Amino acid sequence: MHRVWAIIERDLRRFRRSPALMFISMVMPIVQLVVLGYAFGGTIKNLQVGVVDKDHAVPAIKLHEMLQSVAVNAKTFTPIYYSDEADALRDLRNGKINGVLEIPPEFSRKVLAGANPRVALIEDNTDQFAASALAGNLNSLLPAYNAQPVSPRMSATATLSIVEVYPYVPYIQFLLPGVIVLAVFISAMIGGGIIYIDDKARGLHEGYLVTPISKFELILGFTLAGAIKAVIAGVVLITVGSIIAGIPDPLNPLRLAKMFVLVVATALALISMMFLIMVRVNDPLVPRAIFGMLNTVLYFPSGAVYPTQSFPQWMKVITTVDPFTYAVHGFKQLILKNTGLMAVSGDLLFLFCFTVLAMAIATLLFRRTL
Amino acid sequence: MFDVEVKDLRKKFGDFTAVDGLSFSVEHGEIFGLLGPNGAGKSTLIRMLTTLVPPTSGTARVNNFDVVREANSVRQSIGVIPQAMTSDLELSAEENLTIFAKLYGIPREKRKKTIPQLLEEVDLTQWADKPIKMFSGGMRRRLEIARGLVHQPKIFFLDEPTTGLDPVSRVAVWEMLARLKRERDLTIIVTTHYMDEADKLCDRIAIVDHGKLAALDSPLKLKASIPGKNILEVSFTGAPKNWADTLRALPEVAEVKGEDNLFRISTNNGPRTTVELLEAARNSNVTVASLSVQSTTLDDVFVYYTGHVLRDALQAPSAAESPYIMKRGGGM
Repeated sequence: MHRVWAIIERDLRRFRRSPALMFISMVMPIVQLVVLGYAFGGTIKNLQVGVVDKDHAVPAIKLHEMLQSVAVNAKTFTPIYYSDEADALRDLRNGKINGVLEIPPEFSRKVLAGANPRVALIEDNTDQFAASALAGNLNSLLPAYNAQPVSPRMSATATLSIVEVYPYVPYIQFLLPGVIVLAVFISAMIGGGIIYIDDKARGLHEGYLVTPISKFELILGFTLAGAIKAVIAGVVLITVGSIIAGIPDPLNPLRLAKMFVLVVATALALISMMFLIMVRVNDPLVPRAIFGMLNTVLYFPSGAVYPTQSFPQWMKVITTVDPFTYAVHGFKQLILKNTGLMAVSGDLLFLFCFTVLAMAIATLLFRRTL
Repeated sequence: MFDVEVKDLRKKFGDFTAVDGLSFSVEHGEIFGLLGPNGAGKSTLIRMLTTLVPPTSGTARVNNFDVVREANSVRQSIGVIPQAMTSDLELSAEENLTIFAKLYGIPREKRKKTIPQLLEEVDLTQWADKPIKMFSGGMRRRLEIARGLVHQPKIFFLDEPTTGLDPVSRVAVWEMLARLKRERDLTIIVTTHYMDEADKLCDRIAIVDHGKLAALDSPLKLKASIPGKNILEVSFTGAPKNWADTLRALPEVAEVKGEDNLFRISTNNGPRTTVELLEAARNSNVTVASLSVQSTTLDDVFVYYTGHVLRDALQAPSAAESPYIMKRGGGM
């Protein structure tokens, strides 16, 4: 064991002297958390909607009033009035406005006659997010428009009541579990990938190989040294990340302790995976070249940024074997739902088995010669 | 019993044979030099002897342990300074030594005693706590030497220990090696490109070419083994046309090169040829403008046995070979 500690000590001493690496492995995920969290998480506001009224009667005016109230209160959109439909459609195509609401002639007559009155929304569907926000907002406006001034005491209309089990989860909080795993991954990639191969290419490993250290001691030393650095990155992210994302009671010691267990399991799984990938690599360009690809292949299919249920079948295969998936799932339980460790025991078990398997194969493939 | 015993050792990398059936042995206490052009197989040989590369065939025993079957016992008996710089630039001299002492499983009490002593021996006590990225090339080499001795090995392998050093540092490293050998009762096996160093310090020299042994003997005997012991460089004024023939007829002369008034004469007896030459010149009324007598050097031996001074050759590929990382030396 002395020899294993010598490798760990050497690595950590070097690490302490070059804090730039530490910084890189933590700053990138934090930047991603903040930028992605706010870029995707906010509600869409200030869309421009052209309104072409070909009716002008009282029921149509009532609709105008409701549009105005949205513009003043929720600010989802601002109505811009056009007298000519052609002008409105031209502005829509030129991108000046996001949609055109057309109130057809006869609208008021149909409302009063109860003869299926309709308004039309012509939308710019090149921007799916803006289009669906607009459609959703107008859709929810119409039931209010249709509501009777005096509602009957007993309604026959079926409605949906939604009960939210947890407090509101903004997107930035949804993103936090993935970002913690990302920080551990980047640290594993730098420590277990780039530095490992650079040391090998520089001849540092030659120094190890002429000593009587065993193959297993070498691998254990490399793995633990990398895992310790990855755990440090993970710990910074579970604390700083929780504060940035606005998790209630971010420094709750019990939750942090549970998260620490998961950070350690994640670090061991990712570093042993990295070691397995790099065990026969000699060229320092390889880890740099596959860094981006690995990041994409492991991070996005894990459900860190979008629910896995929406993935095509082939991607679900990656999701199933990807250690990211289980780590992200575990952190979601602990952060968003504040569950106990029992709720993440399946994730911990997977990460543990993954570590053992990756280490075993890496040891078999490792060559104790040049 | 020999400290190093190599029998018919061979190493192939695919179709390329780096070491082709080498056999030799090194006695205890020798400084054994390995010379050869780039790509001759020197580094591959050292790597096989230090358990870094498994041989394709043949056997090698170091400290009477087989390098393949008893690799760990070999590792415990040897100190190795590879061509590449294998110390950590960010760590101090003392930290580097401590970590290697731990890798060799040396207990704390012993470490506390041996490390300051080693730093003293390589004149680095003053810089013990400074990161070695601040060290000059010579200081780094000395630290590597100390590192190789941290577990008190019997046999010390050095692959081009002076490549890239300035002349003063080179001398310092060699003097240090000679002293350490005496004080620690070491057997040293060293590769180098500097003939003058090998000549002065090595007890015996093996010249390796194309992975084969071209010559093996003491520097003195190697120099004696090639034709012509001295070189005379002479210039004359007023030499007659057939003067070269006159020179060739002088006693002990092996070869005469040159024309007009400038000649280079190889002779088996420098002093005698010189006396006769001056006599012949006086008799023929030829003035000797300048004359120098040189001994044969190891350079001449090297050129004689390998047939070339410089050669391009394919190298044996190594795991640690990369175009993106600069190494100290590029040789084999």
